[in-house]
Amino acid sequence: MRRWTSVAWNANSRILFEGDGAAAARVMESIIKVEKLGKRYAIGRREPYRTMRDSLTGAVTGPLRSLRARLSRNGGGAPAASNNHLWALEDVSFEVAPGEVLGVIGRNGAGKSTLLKVLSRITEPTTGRVELYGRVASLLEIGTGFHQELTGRENVYLSGAIMGMRRAEIARKFDEIIAFAEIEDFVDTPVKRYSSGMYVRLAFAVAAHLEPEILLVDEVLAVGDLAFQKKCLGKMGEVARFGRTVLFVSHNMAAIEALCTRCLRLSGGRLAAAGDPLAVMSGYVAEGLRPGAGTAALDVHPGRRPGDTPTMTRVELRGADGAAAGAIRIGDPLEIRVAYRAQRPLRPVLGSVIRTGHGAAVFCVSDRFCGQLAECAPRAEAMVVCRVERLMLIPGTYAINLWLGDATGDFDVIFDAIAFEVLPADLTGTGRLPPPNLGAVFCEANWSIHDA
Amino acid sequence: MKPGDNALLAADADGPAAPARARGAAPIAQPRPPMLIIESAGRWSGLDLRGLWAHRDLLYFLIWRDVKVRYKQTALGIAWAVLQPLLTMLIFTAIFGRLAGVPSDGEPYAIFVYAGLLPWNFFNQAVTTSSNSLVGNAALITKVYFPRLVIPGAAVGAGLVDFAIAAVIMFAMMFYYGVAPGAGMLMLVPLMALTTLFAAGVGMWMSALNVKYRDVRYALPFILQIWMYVTPIIYPVSFIPARWRWVLELNPLCGIIQAFRAAVFGHAFDWRGLALAALITTVVLVYAALDFRRMEREFADII
Repeated sequence: MRRWTSVAWNANSRILFEGDGAAAARVMESIIKVEKLGKRYAIGRREPYRTMRDSLTGAVTGPLRSLRARLSRNGGGAPAASNNHLWALEDVSFEVAPGEVLGVIGRNGAGKSTLLKVLSRITEPTTGRVELYGRVASLLEIGTGFHQELTGRENVYLSGAIMGMRRAEIARKFDEIIAFAEIEDFVDTPVKRYSSGMYVRLAFAVAAHLEPEILLVDEVLAVGDLAFQKKCLGKMGEVARFGRTVLFVSHNMAAIEALCTRCLRLSGGRLAAAGDPLAVMSGYVAEGLRPGAGTAALDVHPGRRPGDTPTMTRVELRGADGAAAGAIRIGDPLEIRVAYRAQRPLRPVLGSVIRTGHGAAVFCVSDRFCGQLAECAPRAEAMVVCRVERLMLIPGTYAINLWLGDATGDFDVIFDAIAFEVLPADLTGTGRLPPPNLGAVFCEANWSIHDA
Repeated sequence: MKPGDNALLAADADGPAAPARARGAAPIAQPRPPMLIIESAGRWSGLDLRGLWAHRDLLYFLIWRDVKVRYKQTALGIAWAVLQPLLTMLIFTAIFGRLAGVPSDGEPYAIFVYAGLLPWNFFNQAVTTSSNSLVGNAALITKVYFPRLVIPGAAVGAGLVDFAIAAVIMFAMMFYYGVAPGAGMLMLVPLMALTTLFAAGVGMWMSALNVKYRDVRYALPFILQIWMYVTPIIYPVSFIPARWRWVLELNPLCGIIQAFRAAVFGHAFDWRGLALAALITTVVLVYAALDFRRMEREFADII
């Protein structure tokens, strides 16, 4: 059952106003007020649909199933489940001021989509309440209501009406929408003959021309070609500049950083943090770490080359703030710290190869080529630290192979000694980075144009 | 606006200890009223006629889409709207009129049966398409908000277009058989309005049930088939023994079709039967709409 304590409420309020001193002023003018919002799902209902027979058998097996569920209750970070219920959202309170672009982040199942669905009235909250002081439009999917058989023109009207535009309004904006989508020549072609790029452009163009005071956006920017994405981001920024409020759910940290003025983090259906996007995102990173992530014991390691004498005892990865981290933002420094214990004193030579999740080597850092430690005093036990000043890897998961030896050769080699994640950051100022299939390394470059 | 703004005053039944602090503070901190309040409404909530009215353009475009898409990629196109009732009429006339010799109150059987088929076909089609409409538009329901009643409503509305086309045949037949149209023909408009409301009531109720129980999709064709035979379409009411007619009249379509024929043939209307049909239609419509609103909030979660 639901545990509702005033402690939770107070805790949330505190989180809510952290990082913005003008909290009191904000209450006066907030355009969205969310109070103790909760959404409960009956787990039995998550199946695609039920027949009457299911309901009849459910009456028989239901008590048995709930008994079984009670016996095998799982703890941990999953949303609070009790009996056949799951609280996808629990006790969430926050406020949004007009003109704010609020990012919402969280792992899968944290309640982001449920929050957006409740705010856009697709589903009703179980508890709590939301007050909205403006016209709302939600963009949970690109091309909602498009019909394959209808032409571009017809779909603009249909989709516009579904998203809440009046007919006259669509007619007024029609030419602008078509121009934005760059499909002037195909207005009267059925959309089933469109290329997927054209389809997406048209669909977004309709949505981009909604004029709500509050815009709720789910992960929809990850579509379309690069040039069009840029246009969409520009359009979203424009929306916010006109004083419109945007609530933006995304996994794309770079986009959140580029767009949002404030950020919420949900975890297990609850509000875990709110405030400055960078601060909230670092919490998100921390949440992703399993206990011990960012550090690994090497005394016994399955990846050790057979026959090698265990010498390396521990590896630790550190990020920008100097704490052990299993995830590093692109552009931040990365420190690889390896502790060793040898039979006799030695001048250690450490090498490490960073590999992609598919096993391809991306780069190697090794003192064998630099020789910076060649003159150090021999030691039997020490910590070798290698600092990569700017880690320019495209976001994704990477693994590290380690070699430890001395001037004569390597004698302890461990494959996949530790894995880490690279997180996006807004290096480009556009919120975008190249996709991982185009290469694992990001290089900064400058562009100019000249007469031929 | 929020479905049923009366929810504003409704205490949230589920929320233990609603925060008096937050509620009490609201009027001071927030002088302007919110445009929209989202919270768990009570078990029964209002019909949200205002919300429906605000979405009238959407209703129009959904009807237009259904009509436009229905006969896409068919060689005969909209002609099917004429052919279907016409062929049914010919078959019924041959089998029931000629072979079985079913009486038709002294009127030509062809036009007699067509005057019954016309509203029935509309009802049949409207109920069938609207019952599948919510499930068929699941992608919309899970992605965007609008009053859900618009969806089954549009399915019924699209049926009216087919009805209007099929009605042309009706007039052609009246001309052919020399049935002079009288002032009673004007009654066809309110009669169709009544049929539409009844179809909307049954259709929206079935569509909501279908979201939860897909059995509706399989059961409904049989129900409609039986329904057609207990409605005086291929036979006159006079065909039924007088002491059983009241059973027949519990079916609003019975009163409607009788009045339909009275309008076509210029007979006197059975106002009592028509009033009963209107009463039952109202009850069905109100119950269906309230029940729809009750089930509506679950649609996105279970569809």
